[in-house]
Amino acid sequence: MLLITQTALELGFLYALVAMALFLSYRILDIADLTTDGCFVLGAAVSVTLTAAGHPFLAIPAAMAAGACAGFVTAFLQTRLGVPSILAGIVTNTGLYTVNLMAMGWRSNSSLLGVDTIFSLLKGAVEGAGVDGAWCDLLLAAVVTILAGVVLYWFLGTRLGLSIRATGDNRDMVRASSVNPTFTITVGLCIANALTALSGAMVGQYQKTVDINAGTGIVVIGLACLIIGETVLGRRTVLKGVIAVMVGSIIYRFIYAIVFYTRVVPVDCLKLLTAVIVGLAIAAPSIKKWAMFQRRKLAAGRKEGV
Amino acid sequence: MLDIQNISKTFNPGTVNEKQALSGLSLHLEAGEFVTIIGSNGAGKSTLLNAVAGVFYVDQGRITLGEKDITFQPEHRRSQVIGRLFQDPLKGTAPTMTIEENLALAFLRTTRKSNPFSRISRRDKEQFREKLALLDMGLEDRMTQPVGLLSGGQRQALTLLMATLTTPELLLLDEHTAALDPGAADKVLELTRQVVAREKITCLMVTHNMSQALTLGSRTLMMADGGIVLDVSGAERGAMTVDDLLRKFREGTGRALDNDRMLLSD
Repeated sequence: MLLITQTALELGFLYALVAMALFLSYRILDIADLTTDGCFVLGAAVSVTLTAAGHPFLAIPAAMAAGACAGFVTAFLQTRLGVPSILAGIVTNTGLYTVNLMAMGWRSNSSLLGVDTIFSLLKGAVEGAGVDGAWCDLLLAAVVTILAGVVLYWFLGTRLGLSIRATGDNRDMVRASSVNPTFTITVGLCIANALTALSGAMVGQYQKTVDINAGTGIVVIGLACLIIGETVLGRRTVLKGVIAVMVGSIIYRFIYAIVFYTRVVPVDCLKLLTAVIVGLAIAAPSIKKWAMFQRRKLAAGRKEGV
Repeated sequence: MLDIQNISKTFNPGTVNEKQALSGLSLHLEAGEFVTIIGSNGAGKSTLLNAVAGVFYVDQGRITLGEKDITFQPEHRRSQVIGRLFQDPLKGTAPTMTIEENLALAFLRTTRKSNPFSRISRRDKEQFREKLALLDMGLEDRMTQPVGLLSGGQRQALTLLMATLTTPELLLLDEHTAALDPGAADKVLELTRQVVAREKITCLMVTHNMSQALTLGSRTLMMADGGIVLDVSGAERGAMTVDDLLRKFREGTGRALDNDRMLLSD
């Protein structure tokens, strides 16, 4: 039971970075960025390949830089070339499939056997000091994610951060306030995809493996985490949003663990379940409106009917 | 100060919706001039303001602001020195950001040389509070609330404050009180008059209110068919009544002034 909790927390923190990226692109910039799936694998592929080559630390910033490049391509397509934003993400995502294969040395999966990762190095160091290293993975995952959250929160309070927020909030306004939306969208998407790649990089080293299809559905899972977190904490402020993605991601991983061990739903069905939940959650305002209208119609009909 | 030479703009050229919105318009503004603009529907009043602001590039002609030729400068660059208020009070502020953050955005943008990671300091906040207090709307005590909670009048007053936080070289007002209720409109107009007079801002204001056009500012332009048909200032303007204005317009264009909103207002 303790192990399940620990694993759920670890995965919760690691995948929270994807939800954080979506918080930036989807909530703040108001752009559905479908680069996410491919970008996650890109981060993992770069990270695993570099780790295998003996550079587990360098692997992390390298993966983030790769992710930022992917974000830049998507941003370039939509801001400079007029490709609709959703399509821009899909185009980049499709291209990334080949790039990811390339990053893994033209194989569809790659593993790290007997190679040091940042996780194993930390555990080694801690155990070498005579302390029990069982919680090392969780500690590292939590520190990286919380640090990313703190930096993101700080960044969104700076002039550039405020400009990015205003871009998603009121595009008429930003041009009139001398903000170049092309620039802010580009910076925003680069940062979001760097976060997604960071998540991929950490997960790759944590699981010691990467598969070309590891990212399938990541964007929907990330949205699920975002929505779960916002339902629990509310979505009023940036600070709440940043905390909400972590809380949401951890809750999602607990649900996943419960499903996995109790088999209430077959685990193979979990993606469908996630998709349905996300679909319903995003549709909720429309459904509520429709239900209210039907009720009014019914009430009006009854009055006249008698 | 602002010098517009022979600018033209045609929308949707080569289609059935082709419309020449500005045709060979020239205009010169001295520093500190406060000019009101009136005209029929579709006369090109908003188009003129948008051309100066850089919403689109003009097909021909030149626009110079101060010493600088801004004809081909993109909108976001021009807005460093041009403040703008729209008719729709929702257009000027970011609704999910707080009053303080909106002001910070307006404030930090003008100090462009500072680095992009600069933040609002406590001293800035104090300054925001003082400026908000001048609006006399109690906004200084609501600085951490999202702007979306404010009324239209409050939002427009805030936009005015944001546009003039660092004094712009030019202020463009596009019927910025037309969508407000009468009380709020008077309030925002009064605030506009105060800030323009205090900071001696050069200002172009489109209005649908004829008497306002004559009493506010120092010069009145009347537009029709993408050009200026009447330009009065000084003693001539001081002696003018709304009826004179209407007669002048008929003489200038050969038809009656036609603006649906104008006929409804006093």
